[in-house]
Amino acid sequence: MLELGFREIDVGGYDSMKFIREMDVVVIGGGVTGTAILRELSKYVLNCVLVEKEPDLALGTTKANSAIIHSGFDAPYGSNKALTNVRGNRLYHELQDQLGLDIKWLGSLVVAVNDEEMNTLRDLLARGIKNGVKNLELLDREATLAKEPNLKKEIKGALWAPTAGVCWPFGVALSFARCAVQNGAEVITNCTVKKILTEGDRVIGVETSLGNIKAKYVINAAGLTADTVARTAGDNSFTIHPRKGEYILFDKTASESLVNGIVFPTPTKTSKGILICTTVHGNTFIGPNAQDQEDKMDKSTTSMGMNEIISSSQKLIDKLPLGKAITEFSGLRAVSDTGDFIIKEGTVKGLIHAAGIQSPGLSAAPAIAEEVVELLRDIENNMVLKSNFKAIVPKRKVFTDLKKEEQSKLCSENKLYGRIICRCETVTEGEIVDAIHETCGARTLDGVKRRTRAGMGRCQGGFCGPKVTQILARELNIPITEVLKEGVASAMFYEKETAGEDA
Amino acid sequence: MKELEYDIVIVGGGPAGLSAAYSAYTNGVKNILIIERDLELGGILQQCIHNGFGLHHFKEELTGPGYAQRCIELIADKPEIVTMVDTMVLEITTEKTIIAVSPEQGLMNIKGKAIILAMGCRERTRGAIRIPGDRPAGVFTAGAAQRMVNMVGYLPGHKVVILGSGDIGLIMARRMSLEGCKVQAVLEICPFSNGLTRNIVQCLQDYNIPLHLSHTITKIHGKDRLTGITVAKVDDKMQPIAGTEFEIECDTLLLSVGLIPENELSLGMHLEMHPLTSGPIVNQRRTTSLPGVYAAGNVVHVHDLVDFVSEEAEIAGKFAALEVQGKLSMDLRKVEVKPGEGIRTCVPQRLSLPAEGEAVKLFMRVMAPERSVKLEVLSGNEVIMNKVLPVAKPSEMIALELSAEKTKLIGSELIVRLSRGVVK
Repeated sequence: MLELGFREIDVGGYDSMKFIREMDVVVIGGGVTGTAILRELSKYVLNCVLVEKEPDLALGTTKANSAIIHSGFDAPYGSNKALTNVRGNRLYHELQDQLGLDIKWLGSLVVAVNDEEMNTLRDLLARGIKNGVKNLELLDREATLAKEPNLKKEIKGALWAPTAGVCWPFGVALSFARCAVQNGAEVITNCTVKKILTEGDRVIGVETSLGNIKAKYVINAAGLTADTVARTAGDNSFTIHPRKGEYILFDKTASESLVNGIVFPTPTKTSKGILICTTVHGNTFIGPNAQDQEDKMDKSTTSMGMNEIISSSQKLIDKLPLGKAITEFSGLRAVSDTGDFIIKEGTVKGLIHAAGIQSPGLSAAPAIAEEVVELLRDIENNMVLKSNFKAIVPKRKVFTDLKKEEQSKLCSENKLYGRIICRCETVTEGEIVDAIHETCGARTLDGVKRRTRAGMGRCQGGFCGPKVTQILARELNIPITEVLKEGVASAMFYEKETAGEDA
Repeated sequence: MKELEYDIVIVGGGPAGLSAAYSAYTNGVKNILIIERDLELGGILQQCIHNGFGLHHFKEELTGPGYAQRCIELIADKPEIVTMVDTMVLEITTEKTIIAVSPEQGLMNIKGKAIILAMGCRERTRGAIRIPGDRPAGVFTAGAAQRMVNMVGYLPGHKVVILGSGDIGLIMARRMSLEGCKVQAVLEICPFSNGLTRNIVQCLQDYNIPLHLSHTITKIHGKDRLTGITVAKVDDKMQPIAGTEFEIECDTLLLSVGLIPENELSLGMHLEMHPLTSGPIVNQRRTTSLPGVYAAGNVVHVHDLVDFVSEEAEIAGKFAALEVQGKLSMDLRKVEVKPGEGIRTCVPQRLSLPAEGEAVKLFMRVMAPERSVKLEVLSGNEVIMNKVLPVAKPSEMIALELSAEKTKLIGSELIVRLSRGVVK
């Protein structure tokens, strides 16, 4: 039998008074914050469910960002950002093996191009030390160029933070969710929260597009919409504004003419700057810019934005291999009106917010989760740790990372590992089938892409897209016309017109 | 892991690979393996169900699958030629060991005395040309859509715009029209079309599909599924001109914005590559920079006619066979072939000539459309051959043959160029 991660909900004739679930805790939002919280909660004897409005996890801010686990020198001393960033970074070092996370601890450079910027680096170094960041170091020009030989020769020096790393944010969120599910938590996708239900001064659950869920506690990790969700409970204590960041991603063969690791420009008062960074999978990107906007849905890229990140990157590197760009994308940061993370109880009892989680939210997520559970422990006396918490999440096989003998063995066990579907990234049919059937498995073309990298390469799914569509249809037992790219109305293909009709 | 050994291993079972196999066989080598990643031989031709193939090579008009079938039949009666389909080459070492995998055979180590690369090409994507906007479903490369329509039997959408007037784009404009879809427009950033003239006539004009030259897409709209695009006229630097924008409603955008030789394996072997063709640098025998490794077809440079692919692959197959049998003179004189005025690329990029000379066929592309020009082949300052071209277009490859006798006249450098204003 198939172990389908995203359980089908029997709505059974929607009745607003009927509860489809009775839980202790509902987490709203399946980004890296929500899933980290769900995992932390699953350590306790609690009935927990996470609801996500999209067909897959981590499709908001978690999907499109710089994928960096920051060391923690940037945020102001004493802020939630600084505290959770430094703590989160340490936690990732521990979680990496348990959860099978793709993280490379490459270290980061903040590069100065003049004396004024060198002064800024000294300030950052002092702040970093105060924030508790270990092993920060100021490098001179030669030491900087030794790490990144393609940087312009005119640079002055850099701040080196060896504890920074790059990760695969979607993979992090997915692993958090899979860990929580294997410890009894539930994840429901395609489930939009319409309203937080209250009675008197406390929450009693949530009303969703699939029915009502009864709960003693509601945790709001709804990302960009966290303020709208809070308002449904009469909580107007904060607002969230979208700030767009655009990126250009290059082919893996371009990395050798760009950077080995993470390179920031020196930050200005308004921005951490447009960086050049090689991802955990070996593609280099440039970006993001920072553009405030009203629309919380608009993730379109713009030619102005592209030009901005190109010209900014050219301050650090002479020649950008623009002919080797393979895709462009943008993400929306969830910026709170306080400028800091909002991790606090709401104005109604039983509601806890983890909101305004912009950068360094990915780095901070495991620490934010700890803080949220700490807040819950303050208001719920009966929090008992499970004795049998399963911390280890089995890692899915990645054919291309295996040794020849292991590949050979895998092929002899299951023929599907012998069929390459994505030629750019060497992804086998076996891995795609695994990704569909694993806990919280893929339901869409982009879901397969994020889990396996099929379609992530230089042909961007030109060859494998139709094949993956056919595999999804076969494995999910749905018609090809019902296979989605991503969102609910994103069908890929249609039936042909039959001859004779309205001809 | 299986260990296998063949005299010649051919990577790719499309027209290039099949023609190379046939030619190698007729030149005396029987022990040949063809590796094909798809479920059947024939390559991309199998999804090109329109006609217009084979006029040069088979002297008759065939469909894509028809042409493929001819190539397959050429080797079908030769049981010594082994074919492996559904098999992917993962890596080729510089020692000419091929690591391949298939569901049936698992992982294999395959040694070849000679290797012929015939991997073909792939399509340039939206990301490569950086079209701004949303990222909805409904944006396809023309070839991906063609496979879905012609081989799997589904439509990519109903209201279509095509970006790029390359041949695949033009063919798909007609194909979608025949499927009952509305093709709103074909957009081309250049001031001229990049497709064959016959395709402009037969695929656009015959179906009243507007072709907007010097236009490109400045924004893609649609959250889940494509809803429309913004189009603008471009200036002579191909930059959008402000104020010229207009919207076209569509649910499907097909991209036909160029093909790129697929050379991941070649790069892995550190073959010397050419920056403009994006393929390995070859000599007239189609030998790459690594001895014993040959390349032919779209993996070397993108062709507009499959007939030339076959012809080039037959050259590679022949010389690979002669080399394996020790019948080739290896005492060779090197000549660089350089594109001069008006010529963008010329394949082969170098010649390796024996003392007695050797027939050479040059395949060239011009920079821009030209009328009444003379194609000149020079050794030093001396024109050793010329040919009058009434019309020359970047989209149509020019072939020119030099006899063995002529090649004896060549010094250390051969230049091909266009000469204007001398022809009436």
